Amino acid sequence: MENNELNSPGYEIPDDMKSVVSITTLDKIYNWGRRSSVWPMMFGLACCAIEMIATAASRYDFSRFGMEVMRPSPRQSDLMLVSGTVTKKMAPTIVRLYNQMPEPKYVVAMGACASGGGPFKEGYNVVSGVDKLIPVDVYIPGCPPTPQALINGLIKLQELIDTQSLKTVRWYQKGELAAVPVPVLGPDLIYPKDIPAIQEAGKEA
Amino acid sequence: MSDLDFTTRFPTGVVADERKGYEGYIVDADKLVEFATALRDEFGFDYLSSVTGVDYINEGKLEVVYHAYKTTGGAGLVFKTQVDREAAEVPSLYNIYPGADFQEREAWDLMGIKFTGHPDLRRILLWEGFEGHPLRKDWKEPYFEEDVKPFKSRWPEGDFHRAEDKNPYGANVQYPDKFDPEKWQPEGEDALYGSLAKYQTTDESGLVTDHITVNLGPQHPSTHGVFRIAAKLNGETIVNLKPVMGYLHRNHEKIGERNTYLQNMPFTDRLDYLSSMSNNFGYALAVEKLLKVEVPERAEYLRVIMAELTRIQNHLFAIGMFLNDLGAFFTPSLYAIEERELILDIFEMVSGSRMMCNYFRFGGVVRDLPEGALEKIKGLVLDRLPRKVDEMDRFLSENEILRSRTVGQGYLSAEDAIKYSAAGPMLRASGIPYDIRRADPYSIYDRFDFDVAVRYNGDIYDRYYIRLDEVRQSLRILEQAIKDIPEGEILSGKPQYTVRVPAGESYGRVEGPKGELGFYIVSDGKANPYRYHVRAPSFINLTAFGPMCVGLKVADVVAVLGSIDIVLGETDR
Amino acid sequence: MYGKGLIKGLGVTLKRFVNTYLDDLKWAGKRYYTQEGLAHRSSKDANGIFTVQYPEEKLPVPEEFRYVPFLVYDELEDGTHHNRCTACGICSKVCPPQCIWIERATDPKTGRPKQEPAAFSIDLDICMNCGLCAEYCPFDSIKMDHDYEIAGYGRTVHHLDELLKPASYYDEIRPLNSAREAAIRKEKEEAKAAKAAARAARAAKK
Ligand code: SF4
Ligand code: SF4
Ligand code: SF4
Repeated sequence: MENNELNSPGYEIPDDMKSVVSITTLDKIYNWGRRSSVWPMMFGLACCAIEMIATAASRYDFSRFGMEVMRPSPRQSDLMLVSGTVTKKMAPTIVRLYNQMPEPKYVVAMGACASGGGPFKEGYNVVSGVDKLIPVDVYIPGCPPTPQALINGLIKLQELIDTQSLKTVRWYQKGELAAVPVPVLGPDLIYPKDIPAIQEAGKEA
Repeated sequence: MSDLDFTTRFPTGVVADERKGYEGYIVDADKLVEFATALRDEFGFDYLSSVTGVDYINEGKLEVVYHAYKTTGGAGLVFKTQVDREAAEVPSLYNIYPGADFQEREAWDLMGIKFTGHPDLRRILLWEGFEGHPLRKDWKEPYFEEDVKPFKSRWPEGDFHRAEDKNPYGANVQYPDKFDPEKWQPEGEDALYGSLAKYQTTDESGLVTDHITVNLGPQHPSTHGVFRIAAKLNGETIVNLKPVMGYLHRNHEKIGERNTYLQNMPFTDRLDYLSSMSNNFGYALAVEKLLKVEVPERAEYLRVIMAELTRIQNHLFAIGMFLNDLGAFFTPSLYAIEERELILDIFEMVSGSRMMCNYFRFGGVVRDLPEGALEKIKGLVLDRLPRKVDEMDRFLSENEILRSRTVGQGYLSAEDAIKYSAAGPMLRASGIPYDIRRADPYSIYDRFDFDVAVRYNGDIYDRYYIRLDEVRQSLRILEQAIKDIPEGEILSGKPQYTVRVPAGESYGRVEGPKGELGFYIVSDGKANPYRYHVRAPSFINLTAFGPMCVGLKVADVVAVLGSIDIVLGETDR
Repeated sequence: MYGKGLIKGLGVTLKRFVNTYLDDLKWAGKRYYTQEGLAHRSSKDANGIFTVQYPEEKLPVPEEFRYVPFLVYDELEDGTHHNRCTACGICSKVCPPQCIWIERATDPKTGRPKQEPAAFSIDLDICMNCGLCAEYCPFDSIKMDHDYEIAGYGRTVHHLDELLKPASYYDEIRPLNSAREAAIRKEKEEAKAAKAAARAARAAKK
């Protein structure tokens, strides 16, 4: 971390003040604060979760990025690291967990399974990527992504946070933020958005 | 197996299986219970290892396949029952071998075989209300493309597309004809909660107490993944408990039946994803039995070395996570994971991946040790690991918090362990010295000098400590293996990507870190297995979980679960 | 005695803490951000702190390391590129989750298939990094990459232009493998040339 990383260019700060004073924008300091304390939810789905644990452990140690505070409760986390295969049986729970996370919240799809279905995609109980359920910010390919690849993805997330502005982020817009509709376990997984189409198809059959 | 003679005991109803490549006996469904009772009480096959089904659609039959063993050692016995596909009803063996509980539920869930007399026949991996029984050969999933791989759409006119773009709903779903979501009533969890029995107790003073239901998971820090426990509590004491799984059911078997034999190898990595090398081992053994290929000497040694390293890193991880469950939050596991990392470095060097090794091939292994790998293994096995294991032992095993949480808790008696088909460290911690490496040796395990770790108290502490014992025994095996490893070939024959496997059935089993890992394969002579079933130790060990927890407090349930050491990839497959 | 375990445990951590600094002294500043230091920290003698300071220092990956597949092209002397892939389709047949799509090129004049791919796509959101494609490709064309820093803001599908990488890159990441394969290729070519020469000689005799 550079001392004057926060500074906006174009402002002269006397040398003896450099270590204590920064001139910056609100956006920058807000982003800096958030990007340095992204708390992931302690939430593992499959094989990738083991690599996530390895990343949290002492060898790769993502507490160097201020991410060590892993909370099992969605209420206390900023980041949902979807580490593994999203199954249909688990899908309603995942959406519910996402809805319970307070804003600002981010989702990282770790591994092939979470990004797009993965090797088990053709299976009858597998959702083709968690972005079918909730919005995803960063995708990390790999099966499993090695701990270094995961950290690389988390750095990408920090870069994404750096580009956001208080004025445009969705959680400071007027009006309520709509919750993501929770799919239902029926004869197969029922996505609420599909209900009219299913009824239509049912009539024809 | 030839010394067994059932004809005098069962003049009718039991015949030897004469199909080419098959073995064992076919038992009439109405004789099944009688046969199993005799098997257990008269012939000494006290351990029912695996129950599964095969759908012979061309003959219109469903076959239930049972594998039974003697816990005193020796080869196993296979027996089967055939029923009509349309009216698939088989008497349940639950009362004779309670270890059949979850496996029968799985066969009902995935194949639609009804086990009459089973006390709680619900779906286990999928949810109540799911349409169809997916492992039946005529059941097709939403992304179904072809019966077998490789798919024709990939080459030579491979036009890239995503499967979801072809599905009318843009997702991996399909609904039955005339299905109307508005009229449909969710089944919910009534069956589960109903099976937990809602009742009240009245204490001496006449106070009526309602039992309450508590759910742990599927998102809970103590469940090692997406696993759920539904418990009935009287105050703080557990009166009934049912594990709920399937949250990671990835349809391994259905996909496996479409894959070619080789293509299944990397998929087995993802079963018990902590110990991919052992999974490879079991699968390779099962297919090699059918292929009848020899494995070169050096490859056998490499296999053993990798399998034992896998056992060590699995147990280290299990111990670390188990202490997590006890509340020693993360510190012991950080130390354990450190040693594991060093072993993973070796795997990465040898196989290319830290976790998903895909290292075994039919008739050998994929590549030889690269330069420097053997030195690394030697350094770890001879120097570092013994030191570190002793250190863990010194600091953890005598710790009074650990002892007071674990000694005498979560008791599983030897009889119960056998009854519930518990395997691996769980069985051995209850005093049954049953280790497949010794009881029914495979590969070259008969050459090594090692002891079968066994402990007699059957409590959580023993299940923790036996893992340290086993690590020490594995180190002993490794020492001998790295000393004796010869030079030479590592694969018999040329590397091939299609193998023709003769028709027949085979069951390959290894002593995985979690217990007996078995692969049941039925081949019809084609390039892909007709039936591919995994006997998953994590799954079957959970059968004893409920009974073990009755009478304990909720916090101890977590410790019991940690001491069983499950991996969800294998539990749910 | 209660509390003994606690003290013992804290002792382990303290020892570890002290060891880190002792080792730092021994290595006199070379322990971090150097390859030797990193190798030491991931060897059996590792003592004290164990952390790899990714991204400032990166753990070197072994030669066999596999991440995602890529295609190799040769740089010919005249500056053009020659794609090694002949669109034989073996990799797409062997791929377990079937995530390789290959469209074989056709000769626009004759309409017959050509020995090169017109399109080649790998869906990295399905690929299980198993390495079977690289293992069975008979033309040493598809290989497993070492580059794991490919996280992005969308799904990842690699088409021909992302997949193709020069042979020099392959030689760099897998020197032993590529040397071995080159030797086999050379041997085969020589055998072929010898055969052709023999045939020519025989023909000349007649
Ligand atoms: S991407 Fe691979 S390693 Fe990760 S969960 Fe899926 S199968 Fe497992
Ligand atoms: S990459 Fe290799 S195996 Fe695949 S089509 Fe090209 S030449 Fe054939
Ligand atoms: S690495 Fe495996 S999954 Fe990936 S493209 Fe190659 S064969 Fe297919």
